Amino acid sequence: MGAWLDEPLSWGNALVLFLWAAVFLLIVLGFVTYAIYYERKVIGWMQLRVGPNRVGPLGLLQTVADIFKLLIKEDTIPRKADRLLFILAPALAFIPSFAVLAVIPYSEKLYFADLNVGLLYYAALSGITTLAIVLGGWASNNKYALLGGMRSAAQMISYEVPLVISIVGVILLSGSLNLKDIVTAQDGGWFWHWNLFPQIIGFVVFFIAAVSELNRTPFDLPEAESELIAGYHVEYSGFRFAFFMLAEYVYVYAIAALTTVLFLGGWHAPAPFLDFVPGIIWFLLKFAFVVFSLFWIRATFPRVRIDQLMSLGWKVLLPVAIANVFLTALWLELFVK
Amino acid sequence: MDHYVNHYVVVAIFLVLGILLPVVALTVGRWLRPHKPTDPKRSTYESGNEPVGEGQVKFNIRYYLFALMFVIFDVETVFLYPWAVAYNKLGLFVLVEMFIFAGMLLVGLLYAWKKRVLKWN
Repeated sequence: MGAWLDEPLSWGNALVLFLWAAVFLLIVLGFVTYAIYYERKVIGWMQLRVGPNRVGPLGLLQTVADIFKLLIKEDTIPRKADRLLFILAPALAFIPSFAVLAVIPYSEKLYFADLNVGLLYYAALSGITTLAIVLGGWASNNKYALLGGMRSAAQMISYEVPLVISIVGVILLSGSLNLKDIVTAQDGGWFWHWNLFPQIIGFVVFFIAAVSELNRTPFDLPEAESELIAGYHVEYSGFRFAFFMLAEYVYVYAIAALTTVLFLGGWHAPAPFLDFVPGIIWFLLKFAFVVFSLFWIRATFPRVRIDQLMSLGWKVLLPVAIANVFLTALWLELFVK
Repeated sequence: MDHYVNHYVVVAIFLVLGILLPVVALTVGRWLRPHKPTDPKRSTYESGNEPVGEGQVKFNIRYYLFALMFVIFDVETVFLYPWAVAYNKLGLFVLVEMFIFAGMLLVGLLYAWKKRVLKWN
């Protein structure tokens, strides 16, 4: 990828970039298919069940069958729904989830866009999905959907700020918003040079806020099945519903990749003598571990109440995130400069 | 980073692909899926009962004060980001300055806390 990006722009080059991005889109779709399968398996095992095992060997084709079912399912739009917004919302949820992936670097050579404002780009675009959820909830003209959408907005305003501030510590340490530079700054040979250890407070805040931004258990209030049926997407069926789900799982990919880049040292090996293993393998291992943790959290934690959610965000995470920024700044001032 | 416009071309390509996928998938879906709308199918879902009133009701959004605070702290992050990027080139003075700035906002947060704004009632 890196080589193509260094050549002058021409139609031919743009076409090659387009094809690479299209291949990447297929990889992401493949990831989503098997992440759903794996999530169901993992949760099944944690609950002493078997999980999907009927469709194909070991149930491997279960999600493929699910997607095909959604594709040929009738698409109903309620009479009272706001048609235009109803159709727009699922697409609007998906577009930013894929667009944020452009800035993730996978190894020294393998990246798509190396933006100087990479982190800011991620934070700015990922907020748009909440807008789509509120839009979908409102356009459905359904009480459950509206409540789900409003909860999503409440959650976003409470967790976006701690999420964004918890990253400031990482930016202070690396002096850049460029995700590639952030990974390079964590190069020291050993795993304790990763941002995870100097930024442990920031990491904890980031991870909690990230799970909340993903709308996943224990923060899945917008779609709380037992209270709001399915929340904001209760009126959606067929492929429009699939796009909301797709956006959620593409964000799982995005947040796992971002956590790896920001805190887990990206493609760096944990110890100098393990350097012979290619960087991309390390990246994928860390990435897979973060994805597993997200499923693990989902299987273990009960859903929080909305008032607990709001007070955790404002009374705990926000002050802790700001304290972390100044602790990092003071540490840099006193010991590094 | 010589051909820096390339990176923004990639971002544009990602956006285009992100738009294309829903458009293509939903168009293909339209050829494959049945379309037999009936009146009960198109009614609003309300746990199997006849829907009562409108869905887009006006209700008390209890968190509008949170929303105001969100705006304030979001603006704070706008100042924090460039400060953090340039921190190594700046002196102690700027750290103190940022400390005062964030301190004032934290006093505001504390005030809201004491005024029970952060309580969901």
